[in-house]
Amino acid sequence: MSSASQPTAPSAPAPAAQVAAVSEIDFSCRLPLLVLFIGAAKWLVIGWVFELIASIKFHSPGFLADAAWLTYGRVHAAFTNSLIYGFCVQAGLGVVLWLLAQLGGTKLAQRWLVTIGAILWNLGVTVGVVGILLGDSTGFENLEMPGYASVLVFIGYLLMALWGVVTFHQRRERRLFVSQWFLFTALFWFPWIYSSANLLLLTFPLRGVAQAVVAWWFSDNLLVVWLSLVGLGALFCFIPKLTGRESHSHYMGMFAYWMLILFAGWGGIPNSAPVPVWMPVLSTIGTVLFLLGIVAVALNLCETAGCSLSVMRKNTFLSFFIFGVAAFALAGFMRAGLVLLDVNQTLHFTWLGPALKGLNLYGFFAMVMFGAVYLIMPRLLGVALPWPKLVRTHFWLSAAGVVLLVLPLVLSGIVEELKFKNTNEPFLAVVRSTLPFLRVSTMGDLLLLIGHLLFLTNVLGMVVGFYRARAEATYAELTADLFKTAEARS
Amino acid sequence: MNFGPLIFLAAFFGLACSWFGFVLTPQLQIGRLQQTNTVPAGAVYPVNRPGLARQGLGVYRANGCVYCHSLQVGQTGTVCDVVLTDAGTNQNDLLVALRKLRPSLSEAEDKELISGLPKTIRQGLTKGEAEAMVKTLTTSSAKAVTWIVPVGPDIRRGWGIRRTVAEDFLFDYPVMLGSQRVGPDLANVGVRLADPKWHLLHLYAPRSQVKDSSMPPYRFLFEKRRIERERSPEALVLPPELALEPGYEIVPKPVATALVTYLLSLQANEPLFTAPVSVAAAPAPADTNATTGGVTTSTNAPATNSVPAK
Repeated sequence: MSSASQPTAPSAPAPAAQVAAVSEIDFSCRLPLLVLFIGAAKWLVIGWVFELIASIKFHSPGFLADAAWLTYGRVHAAFTNSLIYGFCVQAGLGVVLWLLAQLGGTKLAQRWLVTIGAILWNLGVTVGVVGILLGDSTGFENLEMPGYASVLVFIGYLLMALWGVVTFHQRRERRLFVSQWFLFTALFWFPWIYSSANLLLLTFPLRGVAQAVVAWWFSDNLLVVWLSLVGLGALFCFIPKLTGRESHSHYMGMFAYWMLILFAGWGGIPNSAPVPVWMPVLSTIGTVLFLLGIVAVALNLCETAGCSLSVMRKNTFLSFFIFGVAAFALAGFMRAGLVLLDVNQTLHFTWLGPALKGLNLYGFFAMVMFGAVYLIMPRLLGVALPWPKLVRTHFWLSAAGVVLLVLPLVLSGIVEELKFKNTNEPFLAVVRSTLPFLRVSTMGDLLLLIGHLLFLTNVLGMVVGFYRARAEATYAELTADLFKTAEARS
Repeated sequence: MNFGPLIFLAAFFGLACSWFGFVLTPQLQIGRLQQTNTVPAGAVYPVNRPGLARQGLGVYRANGCVYCHSLQVGQTGTVCDVVLTDAGTNQNDLLVALRKLRPSLSEAEDKELISGLPKTIRQGLTKGEAEAMVKTLTTSSAKAVTWIVPVGPDIRRGWGIRRTVAEDFLFDYPVMLGSQRVGPDLANVGVRLADPKWHLLHLYAPRSQVKDSSMPPYRFLFEKRRIERERSPEALVLPPELALEPGYEIVPKPVATALVTYLLSLQANEPLFTAPVSVAAAPAPADTNATTGGVTTSTNAPATNSVPAK
């Protein structure tokens, strides 16, 4: 991280209409990353509107029930896909590209092609989400976007990742950081899993339950492996940078990397799956062994951050990252607990599943991305965050939102499982016993939505601030000329 | 020496392991699965769903039914029941054997027991215990059989009589097994709720059929139209609280009919080699007086599933 400077402290607002000098590397990333980050923030808000609609349907099933495109099954799929492909992968890619350029000390290669890739990606997600709403969902969870959209998404990804790889190859700093391992692997792994899943599920579909196995493998590799690779890559770089300490242990970082590589991709197949029994067993073993990597990550990053929460008070960006580490570790243990305690083969059908997904997606990945975007954007544009106080508000809203979303779902999952075992309890009563918890978690959704709006505001604010400053400068330049001519005439 | 490319290859191989494990191997093992036979009946299983049901699968997919309904019946184990099928000629021997096995019962109760055969003698045994008991009973010229009963919370709820296996979904595309149960499991909904009219009304207005149901109504699968000349035979018979203004009727669109046909085709209850379960044989032609059919124990009877178990 030789080329990275200390971030602007959020408490020191800079005058908005002032464009600082931007390094060559940041300048090369500016356009593609703006497209990616603005797109990500936009999809986050759009996705959350879908989520809120879906969430309200639990409390009054008749809400917006007359329009086919607003039915629960479609809105829910639109939400997960906006969130995963619109926000997570998109923001993740932006962070990967920037970090590869920064850590390698070289400019982003072919920024125009990367920008076209980013635009294609956004187009693909738009087409995909509209397709889902029109009833073209593929029916495979986390891969609902229809084939015609995934082609666009895939080409967009390749256009971006290819130049990411070239940038990595052209690096001037030859020493490799742990981060780079994570990020570089992520660049390669997504096209592999995405093309495998699309070819085997949509283009040349497999027979019978083999489809479901591939779909589970894909979901796990996207939501656990890919998101962990990118999220941890960012954490291993930003936490040492923000605390000003060296990473605690390079070897622990590498150990975590290998554990993630070897074991995390095996999870995701539930015990009740109608498949040969070695599959869920192997899945359980992989999930449990991955805990080794999770413990290594938690210890390593905790040591690096100084193992105290007081650092969070000083630096808002660091708060995002430390929350992310905690959520990552918690999600790992929850995942292992869920497969180990599932003796009745019913536990994973409860609300514990969505709770785990939420913890991983928003508690870990989204939080890390927020911190990263807040750090990267001002450097790209050379303007300060327009409303630094909103960043802190955003952190607390998101943190409270994640807790309020995940905790009630965990409790509701436990209640559900206990009641479900008692078969004298009618199933409807089991379902209804979760409703009070769902009400609280809808509150969490609402808090998160407000947080996401603040995020979008800050991101757009920076862009507006940047262009306004530029326009003012240009105006001053032009008018200066004008006045000069006027003076000369008179 | 630069180990970078080597380490990169190793990492990539590490990641690809899960691809070999969960993409390639399943394709080799279950991707080439063929139809099988039911045990002991020997019928071909599964047969492809009828065309309308396959269209219904598309409706199920398009509207995301999978996010609330699973198609996986779990099974935590199997127990054995012993069923006495034939008292034989030497009833005294049988009574002695029964007394040994069930000392708590009086003679009168035992006599009553062997009067209306077939009957379940003991439930919830292990395979060894059940086989020993069958042996004891069979030596006295009577006939007894071991009855295989899968157990687990899902089965106790009447959502199926055995766990679901790969064969059940052989011809389906896409296979949507589901990940959460906001609603009941549907793997056997065609057995449990066999009335298409119930399903149509339930889709149109869930709460009219199941009080306090949390399923959203799917009114967009139906059409409200003015009655020309006479009422359509397909029109829903609405309960009074949903009555329309006179002259109008609600008819299911083709998608609704297809969806219901698909739901009715969901019957993963055939006994298979990979998922054994004893079911009552179909009523045999009455040419023998020692038919083994008609056994109804509380755990096996599909009839107990016909209540709208919500």
